[in-house]
Amino acid sequence: MTLRLYVPRDAGAVAVGADEVALALEQAAAKRSIAIEIIRTGSRGLYWLEPMVEFATPAGRVAFGPVTVAGAPALLEAMTADGAHPLRLGLADEIPWLKRQTRLTFARCGVIDPRSLDHYRAHGGYKGLKRALSLGPDTILAEVTASGLRGRGGAGFPTGIKWKTVAQAMADRKYIVCNADEGDSGTFADRMIMEGDPFLVIEGMTIAAIAVGASKGYIYIRSEYPHAVEAMNAAISAARRAGYLGRRTGDATRSFDLEVRVGAGAYVCGEETSLLESLEGRRGIVRAKPPLPAHHGLFGKPTVINNVLSFAAVPFVLTEGAKAYADFGMGRSRGTMPIQLAGNIRRGGLFETAFGVTLGELVDEIGGGTLSGRPVRAVQVGGPLGAYFPRALFDTPFDYEAFAARDGLIGHGGIVVFDDSVDMAKQARFAMEFCAIESCGKCTPCRIGSTRGVETIDKIVRGERVAENRAVVEDLCNTMKLGSLCALGGFTPYPVMSALKHFSEDFGPAPTRLQAAE
Amino acid sequence: MTPPYESRYEPWDPARGSEIIAEHAKREGATLVILHALQEAFGHIPEPAIPMVASALNLSRAEVYGVFTFYHDFRAKPAGRHVLKLCRAEACQAAGGDALAARAEQKLGIALGNTTADERLTLEPIYCLGLCATAPSAMLDGRLIGRLNEARIDAIVAETQR
Repeated sequence: MTLRLYVPRDAGAVAVGADEVALALEQAAAKRSIAIEIIRTGSRGLYWLEPMVEFATPAGRVAFGPVTVAGAPALLEAMTADGAHPLRLGLADEIPWLKRQTRLTFARCGVIDPRSLDHYRAHGGYKGLKRALSLGPDTILAEVTASGLRGRGGAGFPTGIKWKTVAQAMADRKYIVCNADEGDSGTFADRMIMEGDPFLVIEGMTIAAIAVGASKGYIYIRSEYPHAVEAMNAAISAARRAGYLGRRTGDATRSFDLEVRVGAGAYVCGEETSLLESLEGRRGIVRAKPPLPAHHGLFGKPTVINNVLSFAAVPFVLTEGAKAYADFGMGRSRGTMPIQLAGNIRRGGLFETAFGVTLGELVDEIGGGTLSGRPVRAVQVGGPLGAYFPRALFDTPFDYEAFAARDGLIGHGGIVVFDDSVDMAKQARFAMEFCAIESCGKCTPCRIGSTRGVETIDKIVRGERVAENRAVVEDLCNTMKLGSLCALGGFTPYPVMSALKHFSEDFGPAPTRLQAAE
Repeated sequence: MTPPYESRYEPWDPARGSEIIAEHAKREGATLVILHALQEAFGHIPEPAIPMVASALNLSRAEVYGVFTFYHDFRAKPAGRHVLKLCRAEACQAAGGDALAARAEQKLGIALGNTTADERLTLEPIYCLGLCATAPSAMLDGRLIGRLNEARIDAIVAETQR
């Protein structure tokens, strides 16, 4: 009997040796004449266990990890005998870290072969599109609105309202644009879903196209994600061959096609208007709003521009109904959020759960604290533009409004954990420096403010007129926050101000700080 | 000056350049697509290609030059034989990336953003590879590397010096 194995092809797993492990398993099997079939999946998102290998048993898929090349022959032995092994984790679906999650968007990620449309359909794929086609545009819009889904890119704007605006706009051509320029450090959910379940993104974008009457879509993927580019291109070709894209979109009356475009290393292109400029072949200079992209977007046409995770949430909403999605969550944050645990963390990975889980639960219980074993001192939530929170704020529930009330943001759902060796003045300086490197240069507060911010924090660290210079930084932050055109300049004050507020002791001449850390 | 190593890239050739440009010129907003394709072929964006792109897309040379200089990815001259990109963003900083970057700089005798004198290696910062749960991470000639540590940095440096 052929032994069926599952090894991730996800970039995160490949980076820690998944390809080599797959090869070693093949070689070990050939040597011992064991018939095996290796299916390359996405990652389940338990990255501390990657490369995680699974094999099919009558009871379900049994997981092992982290597997090494050297350990491959013994692992194969244990699998053929279905016997004990030190890395045996039991049934994959029963691993507590996975079982505790509510995987609506990531239900298939790590389970199916991302290159197989048949796998996708066998696991419930394209059911949302089928129902969408039977409902028609108005009902799709009503469903998406009722689900309470908000833009997962960070801004949290209600998706249904955005789509409705585009649906109501009159134009000869409309576009669907997927923002896959996932540049925030600490986030990788877009990458994972594009690599692990790319048809889901295509299905979500197709439903959007039907809802608003668009004929062409673009997925703008950052160049740092070559695996995601490859996976999306392969999936688009497969969907086109099967008639899900191209002249027909599941029925004979509509036409919708998709194209991948690759970014070129500009962080600011994650900002939606800058992304549109880049798609049009220009410098990624931010546009002033209004006009909104919904009215005047790509090539001046009405455009739905959403994050990967927003589109990826839509098929569930259409398959199971708005209520099924909205039943999860708290307050005005409905549904689930794929949270990404990263940095100095013991159990890092993708944790999809309903809104409302607290920061402390995420970092301490689920993440298991730091990998270094030292105490957690700070966590940055929401990428380079997100606030640094101290332990004192660990009771904050994961919810758009709750984070905003504490001068933070959930952004794209990334949490980066730092231990007590972190120098928060250095982190604040980095936030300003990063803004200076990545600023598109259009507005003065961002372009000049960030550079002045770096200089002023340097003065504070050197001990020059600390009180006055702290006031200068605060003033700069206010100007950037209120006067910048987009979130790059507008949100860089979050990490800076939060570091100043919660970790004030780090902002002084270096000797004092070193003594304080002892 | 000829580089001491055989390049993976084609030498600049205007006819080949126009062929690449013509292949993509009809696409909507083609500038970045064309620049990527040119760099893929030649390892950088040769200066004579800029006016050619401008003319094919009915843009000014300044507009195309502006696009070329805006994006970090596009190179004015070819990189070294190997390109090592070290992630310098927050998640990798939290996992000890600063010390590893310093070690790589010291071993290679160059700062981030530079190429070794023998053109064997270009060392660059990159801001996030999306491998933040297996930080610190790097990319060597397109190959992803997670859970970087001192031994791995040393091994990478040794590999590129061979």
